[in-house]
Amino acid sequence: MQQATTFPTAAAKPARRGGADLGDAIFSGACHVAGALVLLLLGGIIVELFLGGLPAFRAFGLPFIWSTEWDPVTEVFGAGVSIYGTVVTAVLAIIIAVPVAFGVAFTLTELAPPWLRRPVGTAVELLAAVPSIIYGMWGFFLVAPIMAQYVQPALIDSLGELPGIGVLFQGPPFGTGILTAALILAIMILPFIAATMRDVFEQVPPVFKESAYGLGATTWEVMKGVVLPYTRVSVAGGVMLGLGRALGETMAVTFVIGNANRITTTLFGPGNTIASVVALEFGESETGSLKLSALLALGFILFVLSFIVLATSRYLLRSRLKV
Amino acid sequence: MQRRQFLIGSGLAAAAPLLAGTSLSTPALAQGGQITGAGATFPNPVYQKWAEAGRAATGLTVNYQSVGSGAGINQIKNRTVDFGASDAPLTVPQLEEASLLQFPAVMGSLVAIVNIPGIENEQLKLTGEVLADIYLGKITKWNDARITEMNAGLTLPNLAIAPAYRADGSGTTFVWVSYLAAVSPEWKQKVGVGTSVRFPAGTGARGNEGVAGTVKNIRGAIGYVENAYAISNKLVTTQLRNKAGQFVKPTHEAFIAAATNADWTTPGMAASLIDQAGATSWPIVSPTFILLPKNPSDAERSRNVMKFFDWAFKNGATLAQELEYIPLPAPVQEAIRTAWKAEVKANGQPVWNG
Repeated sequence: MQQATTFPTAAAKPARRGGADLGDAIFSGACHVAGALVLLLLGGIIVELFLGGLPAFRAFGLPFIWSTEWDPVTEVFGAGVSIYGTVVTAVLAIIIAVPVAFGVAFTLTELAPPWLRRPVGTAVELLAAVPSIIYGMWGFFLVAPIMAQYVQPALIDSLGELPGIGVLFQGPPFGTGILTAALILAIMILPFIAATMRDVFEQVPPVFKESAYGLGATTWEVMKGVVLPYTRVSVAGGVMLGLGRALGETMAVTFVIGNANRITTTLFGPGNTIASVVALEFGESETGSLKLSALLALGFILFVLSFIVLATSRYLLRSRLKV
Repeated sequence: MQRRQFLIGSGLAAAAPLLAGTSLSTPALAQGGQITGAGATFPNPVYQKWAEAGRAATGLTVNYQSVGSGAGINQIKNRTVDFGASDAPLTVPQLEEASLLQFPAVMGSLVAIVNIPGIENEQLKLTGEVLADIYLGKITKWNDARITEMNAGLTLPNLAIAPAYRADGSGTTFVWVSYLAAVSPEWKQKVGVGTSVRFPAGTGARGNEGVAGTVKNIRGAIGYVENAYAISNKLVTTQLRNKAGQFVKPTHEAFIAAATNADWTTPGMAASLIDQAGATSWPIVSPTFILLPKNPSDAERSRNVMKFFDWAFKNGATLAQELEYIPLPAPVQEAIRTAWKAEVKANGQPVWNG
């Protein structure tokens, strides 16, 4: 409301000097061009990816999307393995990251003493500033050996024996693989989800929380009964934002996923993601080859996947963005 | 694709005047001249070394970008560079279609690296057939009878074999699977040969350092890297049985023996040095190739490329050996000069007059 009252003073300034009209026109034109440029770029990328991928779509038809064949020697390509790896690592990463992010956000908004909130909050946000190649190297040289020597053997000996979910925790402990990739991804998307959650938790009107406290609710009951129901759509939006990041992540995943074009039942098995396949194979694909076209088609599929996820995220977060 | 090449090409164009500017201070560079090349990563260290060492003698500034063989082939086909470089040779129809001359520049060798407790460098003996079956996922334990029978003096543990391979498309993989296909009909039929193939077993890692790191991390792992990389990182290599049935260690003599026994008269000079005859030959040696337009638009630059490689053949052998590469035998170098004279022409005149 304050802005509204100051506005008339700004408008009541002396009449504009001559020539300002031209400046305004140039400025407005430049702004419009800048705005249109983004749309043009986005459209151009989609169209070019689709056109580039067209030969592959033509050659393999719709089954390209679920075919698990990827054989550069006989030039048979399918996106099945990469899509599977992309979705599985991203979903696993979400499963690992969301509880931790919730804990971080809960601590920062309700539990931690005020002097601790800022440093911890900044530390979480700094995680987002670490370049993904660093996560990749850290994952490959530090996390993977630990996974191979301690975590995976322990899981194989305990969970691997169970009926049903046991198949997920079997096989040789390579250290790299789907699970390690999901773990690294989880750390990478944690700051995005935690920051979103903290922001939306803070927007719950204090009067709601105070009413609940007044009725004798504990902190956890307030969180469960007031804060979460009030923010649940925005929280889901934040999770989708993290999912979108996880889908497109390339370098860090490439280092630790094991890069095999096979679908394995075990989480320790190697796999591949769309972004990783494209990054690895691009340098050795000749112009006009079916392989290059298949890679561009993969890029198109990834684009569509990310677009859907991010659009959903924007839709769910719209109420928060307006505030 | 077009855009990517344009960017790389313009990057080169922008870098060239800068390089020229810095080299003006050296009087030996009176004749000047820049050439640009792009392609294979495997020979990159030796090309860079040659470029640096040859600058004073030839007056040429060589800007080589190791962007990968596939990208190098693309760039020379579009003529955005003066020469392309590829680990896998192009076929004769491919060369004719793009009007390119192909010649080998230098040779390199691959070794198998292992991580088995108690096994030292150059101790373990393996054959190509066993390697192929390991990478096919058919031999899964280090104490498999087929491995223990040729390693009588060694105690091999009951440990799962974890094969590691290059996940990125690479000339190294091309050479490695060429060898596996040469010794194992099953590999040839099921997997085939290419810069990236569908490996039936194992885990992939990025680059030589990725494969070496994976082998270091995992007990029971086996991988393949260029010999230069294995030496500089002190990795545990193995002996291999060659075509003559002898177990050989990956030594310089064994590599040279393979090179001298090769048949270099194949079309496109695409000699295969895989699994060569000879009692002392190392079985996995491979040349890496240069691609040069037969109809250069700029004869001067094309001549400079030849001048550079002519200098490298004459004076670069020691440098190549220091980096664990194998220089070409003298008759092969002579055959290359003959091919330059006969095949690269501008306005009907041979470009090479050396």
